[in-house]
Amino acid sequence: MNDRLLNIALPKGRLGEKVYAMFERAGFECPSIKEGGRRLIFENPEKGVRYFWVKPSDVAIYVERGAADIGVAGKDIILEYRPDIYELLDLGVGKCHMAVAAKEDFTDNREKTLRVATKFSKIARDYYSRLGRDIDIIHLNGSIELAPILGLSDVIVDIVETGATLRENKLTVIEKFQPISARLIANKASFKFRAPMIECIRQALFAEVADKSE
Amino acid sequence: MDNISNILTAEERAAFALRALYSEYGYTRYRMSKFEEYDLYANNKDFLISKNIITFTDTDGRLLALKPDVTLSIVKNSRPSADGITKMQYNESVYRVSDNTQGFVELMQVGLECLGAITDKEIAEVLRLASMSLDTINERNLLELSDLDIINGVIDAAGLGGEDAKQLLSILERKDIGDAEIFCRERRIEPQTASLFSSLLTVYGKPCDVIPRLGIFKINNRLTEAVDRFCRILATLNAEGRGDKICIDFSLVGNLKYYNGIAMRGFIDGIPKSILSGGQYDKLMKKMGRDEGAIGFAVYFDELEKNYGI
Repeated sequence: MNDRLLNIALPKGRLGEKVYAMFERAGFECPSIKEGGRRLIFENPEKGVRYFWVKPSDVAIYVERGAADIGVAGKDIILEYRPDIYELLDLGVGKCHMAVAAKEDFTDNREKTLRVATKFSKIARDYYSRLGRDIDIIHLNGSIELAPILGLSDVIVDIVETGATLRENKLTVIEKFQPISARLIANKASFKFRAPMIECIRQALFAEVADKSE
Repeated sequence: MDNISNILTAEERAAFALRALYSEYGYTRYRMSKFEEYDLYANNKDFLISKNIITFTDTDGRLLALKPDVTLSIVKNSRPSADGITKMQYNESVYRVSDNTQGFVELMQVGLECLGAITDKEIAEVLRLASMSLDTINERNLLELSDLDIINGVIDAAGLGGEDAKQLLSILERKDIGDAEIFCRERRIEPQTASLFSSLLTVYGKPCDVIPRLGIFKINNRLTEAVDRFCRILATLNAEGRGDKICIDFSLVGNLKYYNGIAMRGFIDGIPKSILSGGQYDKLMKKMGRDEGAIGFAVYFDELEKNYGI
């Protein structure tokens, strides 16, 4: 029943490489992945795994739709797209915050609708609805920091890691409201049929995470 | 007859096989009228999977709806039979908004409902039929079962309500152990209650593995009753040899406003979403003025159509 390889979607880029190293140390290595080149799919039948690199924001879709049994996605993507998946483990890497930032001289006038520029419309809408604040969402796909500088928005809702980009652009964090990190996620149906293997990976990665935090 | 069966698609054959199976167990055919009074659905919108309904005004000015759901129609239109149990099966298309396209789609459902003075016997029969329905479609299947009375009992025992209860249910649905720990820490939940939450997340698997572990939830009379009943039903299914195709999992939380007791979801290996779902809905019955129990399920053919032939 469970004889095929377990499909694992990893986010392309630095975070993906860090995460693969965790899988490797946990005993699910796939040496061909380090050969470089343009290949996107890598298998190690001995360990029963097949890895593939996908755009970080697409990992959750691959997993939800079952093209990958498990994967690693940022909490920001999970909160924004709300895929119907299991979130099995906080891997403790790719740590940052979802935050509200604005120009250093910004003061909030509650009598006016707040203009919010963001890539994360759903997260921003949820956050301000909890505060009972009227907002106007300006959905942008990049260079969010530009919006308040050019007067396009009053504030931005974005990921903040060190805050260096904000400081360089004379912006300041008003509130960090959601910690973000990489999560091990699983397709719900795959989890039912491949629970022993997925649990085994989860346990091994959990040990990795615990080791690091000690 | 052979010629006819040759021209049927795999889905059509499955639909006929299910119809034959349910007839064998005494489920009579329910035919829904294409259009029904809109009020029935508007008053129970939370029960509907898709909140959007196709409506139009009839020539006499009444607002009508194009079949968004079969269960509500059966509850409204069925009357208890002489022995107090009504068993109905259906094969209907419903019209809902698809999550993927955000537009209305037509979905074929085959399912059954058992209403009235239902006991463990009827519940076990419906679960057996759900498992047999999955067998009819593909041998490589699993029927996932949860018990909403146990989940609700734990939430109530912890004194959680409103947003907190909603958040805990979302954590359960995602099997997110990390978030559960943060949730308990932030709300200063007592260690004994926190360990119950953690058990809801970690106790899963086949009946023979799970039944011995359910005792942990027996912390008051209400939960003891719920656990005992769940165990009795699981033991019945196990004794019938269905244990290997059943997986208990409390991440299946359902809509607690309408559902109670057992909730179920069916999976076929290779299909990324569940193709069968259902459960007990005594609360819906009560809301519609019927002081009786009810349980049912539907097989959704849209996922099957996309993935059949595996």
